[in-house]
Amino acid sequence: MGKIRTPYLLLLPGFGFLFTFFILPIINLAQTSTQTRVAGGDTGEYEQTLRFANYLDAFVENKEQFGRSFLFATIATVLALAIAYPLAYAIAFKAGKYKNLLLVLVVAPFFTSFLLRTIAWKQILGEEGFVVPTLRSLGIISESTTLTSTSFAVVMGMTYNFLPFMTLPLYASIDRIDPRTLEASGDLYANGLTTFRRVTLPLSMPGVVAGTLLTFIPAAGDYVNAAILGNPNTKMLGNVIESRYFKIVDYPTAAALSFTLMAAILILVTLYIRKAGTEELV
Amino acid sequence: MAKASIEARGDLRLTRLTKTYGDFTAVDDLTLTIPKGSFFALLGPSGCGKTTTLRMIAGLEEPTAGSIHLGETDITTTKPYQRPINTVFQNYALFPHLTIFENIAFGLRRRGQKDVKEAVDKVLNLVELPHLAERKPTQLSGGQQQRIALARAIVNRPALLLLDEPLGALDLKLRRQMQIELKWIQKEVGLTFVHVTHDQEEAMTMADTIAVMNEGQIEQMGSPAELYDNPETAYVANFLGQSNLIKGIISGNDGDSLIVDLYGQKIALPKNRSHAIDNSTYAGIRPEKFRISLLETPVHGNVLTGGRIEDVSYIGVSTQYQVEMPWGQELMVFEQNDDGVAPFNKGDAVNISWAPTFTFALRGDEDVTAGSEVQPQDIDEE
Amino acid sequence: MSQKIKDATIPTIPLGARIQRWIGRNLIRIYAIFAFTYLFIPVAYTFAFSFNDSGKSNLIWKGFTFGNWQNPCGAPEVCSALGNSIKIGFLATFFSTILGTMIAFAIGRHKFKGRSTSNLLIFLPMATPEIVMGASLLSLFLVFKINPGFWPTVIAHIVFCISFVVVTVKARIASLDPRLEQAAMDLYANEFETFRRVTLPLVAPGIAGAALLAFSLSFDDFIITNFNSGTLTTFPKFIYVSAARGIPAQANVIGSAMFFLALTIVIVGQLVNRRKVR
Repeated sequence: MGKIRTPYLLLLPGFGFLFTFFILPIINLAQTSTQTRVAGGDTGEYEQTLRFANYLDAFVENKEQFGRSFLFATIATVLALAIAYPLAYAIAFKAGKYKNLLLVLVVAPFFTSFLLRTIAWKQILGEEGFVVPTLRSLGIISESTTLTSTSFAVVMGMTYNFLPFMTLPLYASIDRIDPRTLEASGDLYANGLTTFRRVTLPLSMPGVVAGTLLTFIPAAGDYVNAAILGNPNTKMLGNVIESRYFKIVDYPTAAALSFTLMAAILILVTLYIRKAGTEELV
Repeated sequence: MAKASIEARGDLRLTRLTKTYGDFTAVDDLTLTIPKGSFFALLGPSGCGKTTTLRMIAGLEEPTAGSIHLGETDITTTKPYQRPINTVFQNYALFPHLTIFENIAFGLRRRGQKDVKEAVDKVLNLVELPHLAERKPTQLSGGQQQRIALARAIVNRPALLLLDEPLGALDLKLRRQMQIELKWIQKEVGLTFVHVTHDQEEAMTMADTIAVMNEGQIEQMGSPAELYDNPETAYVANFLGQSNLIKGIISGNDGDSLIVDLYGQKIALPKNRSHAIDNSTYAGIRPEKFRISLLETPVHGNVLTGGRIEDVSYIGVSTQYQVEMPWGQELMVFEQNDDGVAPFNKGDAVNISWAPTFTFALRGDEDVTAGSEVQPQDIDEE
Repeated sequence: MSQKIKDATIPTIPLGARIQRWIGRNLIRIYAIFAFTYLFIPVAYTFAFSFNDSGKSNLIWKGFTFGNWQNPCGAPEVCSALGNSIKIGFLATFFSTILGTMIAFAIGRHKFKGRSTSNLLIFLPMATPEIVMGASLLSLFLVFKINPGFWPTVIAHIVFCISFVVVTVKARIASLDPRLEQAAMDLYANEFETFRRVTLPLVAPGIAGAALLAFSLSFDDFIITNFNSGTLTTFPKFIYVSAARGIPAQANVIGSAMFFLALTIVIVGQLVNRRKVR
């Protein structure tokens, strides 16, 4: 008797909390998204009119930022994958007794506030930093080229900030691969590249999927990197939502944008998981 | 060189092969020829260097020094995928994400073969598992996985097939069955098999030639019967089966025989079975070569008197005795239960006798416990 | 024996091929070193500039000083922001660890109807962009006329920490051998004693790890905090706001100190763990 009830009793407080402060707000956000301004009312006063055209307006008005959010998030995810995969592989297979230490080092940058690190990048890449003068004197970039306040800086910052999210799940799944299957592949006439394509990569797919999601989702909704490292022309959807809330006090548009962002992410994620062919999520 | 090496055929020659890890020497100046078409076993306890040797032949480890030739081709530094050598891995290392069919077809496809179906089906039939083609490795039992690992290797018709403790993960009954099948398959496909194992019985059942390895070197090499009947060192005598080693002094010559004094009792043995370098020696006799008799029974050949039965274990086909000799040593004797005579009893005073040709003589400075305290059960290599 | 090896080592592989092989074998290690450099450049920069004798804006290197480390609260608001972050962090960690651990035990140790729905409910907050979570919570608070501030921030942090706690603790529970609990019951421990004497001690490192994770997530959060904290300043918010006019070097001191503190905790934790296992 008590045994059947135990799991529900354990779940009750946590799920009650999540329902009140996660599900309810989302429902409320959905409601807000179809409201319109009260005629002649104060700033921030809205009424429910079920105006679904809010979505269309919000999208059309901000389609550029929309596109940019997904483009930047995609590039940052691909870059993070390209950097993190060999790193995770090296930790899993080449680190020997230093494995745990290196794992700690992957997470360690987290311990310094990510804002401090993002601002550090801004200064490193800035006119007073050492990177720009060096590249200029080497002739790699022209005298007029700057690195901060560019799309490049935003994408680089995003790649940087989400790198550990990519590395850890990749490590977890690569570490599970029996190194003997890789040897077996070489033994069966596959060279390094073929072994990677036919054995290592397919076996690490759960990590690739998890890492990509953990990077892409926050990257698509991010606005801090764009705010610190970008310029007014590199604004992402997050920047728009933030300013709709705080500066323009246009809750319905902000809500509609939030919802569209979430829906777009969920659709992309579903498609992606289908394509990658794995159900292992959490 | 890459193109040539994959076509290489012929005897496998290891020349002064050495592998060191820091201060540890895993394989020490090993020279060895494995003839084409033979079933060769590298036998030894864990850490003796047999797996390292195998991995160097496969190309998974690079030798510190020395060379490996297949026929006339030097393959010392070629990559694993450029060698016509396939391995049956210790825990099979089947690809968990591929079906059985694709596991077996893997090597063929890598070598650019387009139509693999016929070859794969044929080898699946050979290992008698054609119905499992579309399963994944995790859905198979240990014995089935073992056969698929074998099929995956031999489908490529390699010049050399390496087996790394291939039966270690199977239970005893299945292991016996697979030993016979492996031997049959080797005859059937006519490949050179190099088999690494710590299980002396497995090596004896299957191999034509066994090399007993100890501390990175070959202790003795020969056919199973040669190794068993005439071991050259205490290590081989103890590692392959069991031996009674009795300290003695070579006291004289008698034609083709040597006379050895064992604690005052004289015995004879053929000269060509002595590996002693001076007068001091250990005379070795396998437990099943001994015969026990009561004091009044007349006996022939070598005799040791004054024994007393200390322990009797009846185990069906035979009875095992511990016999304490006047100098305090306990000898092991296995008697077949085929003569209808009731076994001896604990406390009986007995003589022990055997034919002189069953005796071998080791160097007197040997460590008589060498090779006996290693536990063949622990498989963990290096 | 060593003499023999020396003789045998001499020729066989030519030097050029050896160098090529060395690079081939170590390429991935070299790559990893570059990746770590990328990860640590801003950390090193932040640390270096905590010694900058900069005055107000810490943009250009002006000279070395220990002054910032001797007086980390020297800049206005830095320490009150830090204090708020720590307070919020502890409260969020405390509640999310308790709630999350309970959920993890329910999902990880029991079979019940609605288990997959529960898994989904845990996954959703992690799949929701922070900005959506922050914005939706703020909307809810506004509907109920609750002013953003300290407690709304704590609540928001608990929401996003719970899922991470559940996932971490669940992984630890899954790695437990169920036979240990069966053995305990076989040895006359009832359910409660089994839990207290066997299960809980074995899961404890997972819970500790989850708490550490929750604290660092909470401490470092900016987006959700920004939506729900109103006029309250947390440490990340302080940095973000002062970024425009230059961040005082004291912020670098605190960031670096946090870095070394956390690193020490994790490494000591690992050493203790290892000793326990041995």
